[in-house]
Amino acid sequence: MSTRLANGGRLLNKAQPLEFTFNGKRLKGVEGDTLASALLANDQMLVGRSFKYHRPRGIVSSGSEEPNALVGLGEDARFEPNQRVTTTELFDGLTCASQNHWPSLEFDVGAINAKLSRFLPAGFYYKTFMFPRSFWKHVYEPIIRQSAGLGRAPRDRDQDSYEHFYAFFDVVVIGGGVAGLQAAKAAGEAGAKVLLMEQTPHWGGRAPVDGGTVDGQPVDKFVDEIVSKLETMENVTLRRRMMGAGVYDHGYVLGYERVKDHRPDSIGPRHRLWRIRAGQVVTATGAIERPICFSGNDVPGVMLASAVRDYAVDYGVSVGDRTVVVTNNDDAYRTAITLKNLGLEIPAIIDARAGGGGALAGEAIELGIRVENGKGIARVKGNKRVEAVEICVQAGEGAALETIKCDAVAMSGGWSPVVHLWSHCGGKLLWDDEKAMFRPDVDNAPTGAGGEGFVRCAGTAEGHLDLDDVLKSADAAGKAAAGATGHTPKRSKTPVGDNPREAGIEPVWLMPQGAGVKLRMKAWLDYQNDVKVSDVQLAAREGFESVEHAKRYTTLGMATDQGKLSNINGLAILSDALGQPIPQTGTTTFRPPYTPISLASIAGEARDETFQPLRKTPMHGWHAENGAYWEPVGAWRRPYCFPKPGESIEDAVQREVKATRDSLGLLDASTLGKIIVKGPDAGRFLDMLYTNMMSTLKPGRCRYGLMCNENGFLMDDGVVARLDEETFLCHTTTGGAESIHAHMEEWLQTEWWDWKVYTANVTEQFAQVAVVGPKARKVLEKLTDDDISAEALTFMGWTDVTFGAIRARVFRISFSGELSYEIAVPASQGRAFWDMVLQAGAEFGVTTYGTEALHIMRAEKGFIMIGDETDGTVIPQDLGLDWAISKKKTDFLGKRAQERRHMSDPTRWKLVGLETLDGATLPDGAYATAEGNNANGQRNVQGRVTSTYHSPTLGRGIAMGLVLNGPDRMGEVLEFPKVDGTVMRAKIVEPVFYDKDGEKQNV
Amino acid sequence: MLILTCPCCGVTAEETEFHGGGEAHIKRYGPGSSDDEFHGYLFEKVNPKGVHFERWRHANGCGKWFHAARCTVTLEVFGTYSAQTTEPPQDIKDKISAKRPGWSWREFA
Amino acid sequence: MSESVSALGGASHEGFVRAEDMGLRAMITLRGDLASAKLRKAVKGATGLDMPEQRRIAVADDRSVAWMSPDELLILGPYSEAGTLRETLEKGLAGEHALVADVSDARALLRVSGGTGVREVIAKLCPVDMAAEAFGPGQFRRTRMAQIPAAIWMPDEQSVQVICFRSVAEYAFNLLRNAAAPGSETGLFI
Repeated sequence: MSTRLANGGRLLNKAQPLEFTFNGKRLKGVEGDTLASALLANDQMLVGRSFKYHRPRGIVSSGSEEPNALVGLGEDARFEPNQRVTTTELFDGLTCASQNHWPSLEFDVGAINAKLSRFLPAGFYYKTFMFPRSFWKHVYEPIIRQSAGLGRAPRDRDQDSYEHFYAFFDVVVIGGGVAGLQAAKAAGEAGAKVLLMEQTPHWGGRAPVDGGTVDGQPVDKFVDEIVSKLETMENVTLRRRMMGAGVYDHGYVLGYERVKDHRPDSIGPRHRLWRIRAGQVVTATGAIERPICFSGNDVPGVMLASAVRDYAVDYGVSVGDRTVVVTNNDDAYRTAITLKNLGLEIPAIIDARAGGGGALAGEAIELGIRVENGKGIARVKGNKRVEAVEICVQAGEGAALETIKCDAVAMSGGWSPVVHLWSHCGGKLLWDDEKAMFRPDVDNAPTGAGGEGFVRCAGTAEGHLDLDDVLKSADAAGKAAAGATGHTPKRSKTPVGDNPREAGIEPVWLMPQGAGVKLRMKAWLDYQNDVKVSDVQLAAREGFESVEHAKRYTTLGMATDQGKLSNINGLAILSDALGQPIPQTGTTTFRPPYTPISLASIAGEARDETFQPLRKTPMHGWHAENGAYWEPVGAWRRPYCFPKPGESIEDAVQREVKATRDSLGLLDASTLGKIIVKGPDAGRFLDMLYTNMMSTLKPGRCRYGLMCNENGFLMDDGVVARLDEETFLCHTTTGGAESIHAHMEEWLQTEWWDWKVYTANVTEQFAQVAVVGPKARKVLEKLTDDDISAEALTFMGWTDVTFGAIRARVFRISFSGELSYEIAVPASQGRAFWDMVLQAGAEFGVTTYGTEALHIMRAEKGFIMIGDETDGTVIPQDLGLDWAISKKKTDFLGKRAQERRHMSDPTRWKLVGLETLDGATLPDGAYATAEGNNANGQRNVQGRVTSTYHSPTLGRGIAMGLVLNGPDRMGEVLEFPKVDGTVMRAKIVEPVFYDKDGEKQNV
Repeated sequence: MLILTCPCCGVTAEETEFHGGGEAHIKRYGPGSSDDEFHGYLFEKVNPKGVHFERWRHANGCGKWFHAARCTVTLEVFGTYSAQTTEPPQDIKDKISAKRPGWSWREFA
Repeated sequence: MSESVSALGGASHEGFVRAEDMGLRAMITLRGDLASAKLRKAVKGATGLDMPEQRRIAVADDRSVAWMSPDELLILGPYSEAGTLRETLEKGLAGEHALVADVSDARALLRVSGGTGVREVIAKLCPVDMAAEAFGPGQFRRTRMAQIPAAIWMPDEQSVQVICFRSVAEYAFNLLRNAAAPGSETGLFI
């Protein structure tokens, strides 16, 4: 059984007991525990079930590489699935539950899959659920979805907050082991601004557990001293619980800081995502131990040798009473020696190397530990817990020589440097045959903005396994990084590490080497996704020879751990199956993040009320108070209508139209874009921008204009007012304010830079109110002494007017066909002016109206709307707007394009009005069908509806549409099928439905 | 994520402050141009693997357009320069020649 | 002008630093040839201030002149003087190709103040190096604040002023308020 030892636990504060709950059981741990060490201290080795076969699985590792021990952590608004117990710090009151089993962890129905595993090989789903095709959607997918998946999605809204943080450093060191500490110190002493981050709560990494000395002192002491030293350096920032999640182009680094996962009840953000710009990056990310592939290597109790050692030394936890160590390198001997010294039993060290180990092996033998060289484990006995191992000759096929009783197996297949961060941004790798590892190819580093390498590796991450080599490499990396950012490294002495010399590793990709199919089918590569040696071999046989294909076919390395334990073993098996060397197979692509990070941390501040900027006009508050039904228009919220209590949206819209046409309506038009264009060349410039002539416009007058892009397509429209000889005010659509301003600046800066024109976007300087309807002039005359009579301010004129204390500019323009004024006042007085007009208009029954009434009124008048009648493929000629296209101008944006053959094609669909025969309203976007079918077997079409409304003015449905030869087909009836299969019939008519002669607006 | 130096305001900033504007040094063809010329102007972009010249706007900044010479493979930025020019300046071309001998881009080399 | 109201109506919030609406200010956009002697004279005449250098802001009493781009300045002053400032500038620039526009109502002015923590509040929202060696009083930086354009400067070591568009003033205020939430201190710039 696994249990807490009386002694040991260098990271624990045993004086501070903590309580936590696992699957409803109340358990005890102490401060300093991880959830993993606390579970093991309570003999909870079985922590979850695997993804595919629901096999019982226990804790394998002691770090972020953990594939098995995932739990649902927390409850309700703090619930999060798939949390690794090995990286979860224990806190008082922690609640967690195992996943992927039903009805219970101990007894799981899904485990039947394991019995069927012979029938569920790699690619099973792809092969099996192909036919019949119709079954996929309704039968296969629902069943697979039911049984697949890891953990469950949270149901409640996350109650925590998250944030981003932008930070800039000369040198960012990732990993706070001895290498990272030394690199940070070397860079810091050179004067560089340094950030050192460590994903765990502790400095020092593995070295204090592994032993050895630095400058004659224990590693622990060295770590304490160097951390103290770094803490005094003002140019060095130290950050624990912060993971280097990714390294990206030009020195961009994501640091994932888990601010309060370990103290969830404190205030502040839960996670902080640091968006760091680094001059140089030093990855001191260490290495991950590889499992060995033998039959039953997933039985709970089989763990990485380094993890067994960590639990003993760091947390005072023994994983088992009798631990068999199996290895192909010297490092695992440290585990045996450590456990033996703690008084635990080591029945045997199974060393696959015929020649055995080096100095550490000697030490183990001296301690009286039995060492079996050239041997391997044939199979592990036990189901939910290791009971024994059968040993065999490594070079053979697995005939059992002996059965050794044990309750834990500590395995080591060698070490793989954590090259992820090096590789994220394009760093290349080399296969090191001697050390049996991929390590960074230091001559092919990721390059930055200046074309120079910006990532360096330090210590084990660079492939060094000897403590002295680690320190030397780290010191050099820190100094080089500082040098590359313009600092001069000090000529300081590199600390000297001392460790027993180790004998070389002998790669073991399968144990025993000649294992038969029965053993290989129980030899796991990827624990989390249940991928076995036999699956990868099958993939190779079936032709999935590329490592990327084999990965996707078998799902090797595709689980939440992204194959941290399995990838190297998997590609070695694949290489072997393909009869090619490992470097020829290569690795799959390392992608960020290094381990999963919370989605909320990626969102940062972009949630709840700051999810998106919401633009508000100066009258927004009034709209909200008066029951506006909102419509998002770009980032703005505009009132769609103002329903009265009990009134439907449709009824409100109809009422607003009628009231405006009958008497007086008020619209908040503040969102319309307003751009000042000024300079001696302003007229010439606007002549290029608009299809019609603007330079001839007289000061005091307004003109409607169309804007096309160089492709000839309509992009915006609006009224231009000439303020004085050199100054124009261009109104744009609501959505066009920023883009049209940018469009103007683009042409001025990049094409006509010698033209004397300045622009300024003054959209938000003004609140704009449309005062519309037969009583419009009357209400305004109540509010000013200035002359705004029909003679003084004619249609398409503008003038400055003072309304009480408010200075305004009044444009007499109309988008509704009514007598209408658009009044621009300073935004800070917008609400006051709005209130003023409302009060003055009370006697006329003034009615505020929204965007829908605006749309209906413009459609009744046959006015086009950018975005309804246009969709980026429509030219003004399609809309019968030829009158707004200057024939005199030699050039304007879009002119050349409109001369292209396709643009003058007589069969282009053209704008017409549509009147349903029965007065009903056509569906928006409906197509008019034509005879026959097209090449795809679809019904031919001859037009489509672009705008459609029920007109309260006419008491019937009206629509506009683009129709083939439309203007020549007045009176013809078209058929518009609806989605329910019925057909609506509508007659082609002129697009102007109301007041064709403009008598109402010209009064 | 790239970093670029805006030659107009001198700020070195991350990509989110900028807005890419496609290929640089495109000559405008208006009325009077042939179909081929106009087609080339609107639609024929080089999109090379390697040295490339682009337009960028410092949208969340000084608002100015500028040019950048960049490698589309390594993302190395050789330099940024004024938008008010019809061809890459000599010092930028020299910089590229030093790092990518024998380079060429459209009519420039 | 008693009816003039800022978008935020004087809102404020106490976090580990204070976030607040600064109310209305005169803001005049001036576009022109910044090298022109006439323009420099006009600016000096209207504000008493010399032309700021690239990406800097000149401040004296209640007026400031901020460098916005190679051909644009932003001139700040008391809100009640917006009209006068605009007219003075226009007069001074008569005959010169330039554009003077009153944008006082188009913008919102916010402030975070009350400690060196103001630097980290900004650093949570803007991709700008807020370390003292990289940014400080006198500098003027236009950038992105979360999802909106903004301009920032430091009147002193313990405060940052932020200009954004008026329509997004509330969004900007909420950003600053949340970034200054107690318990979210990073301690990086202390």
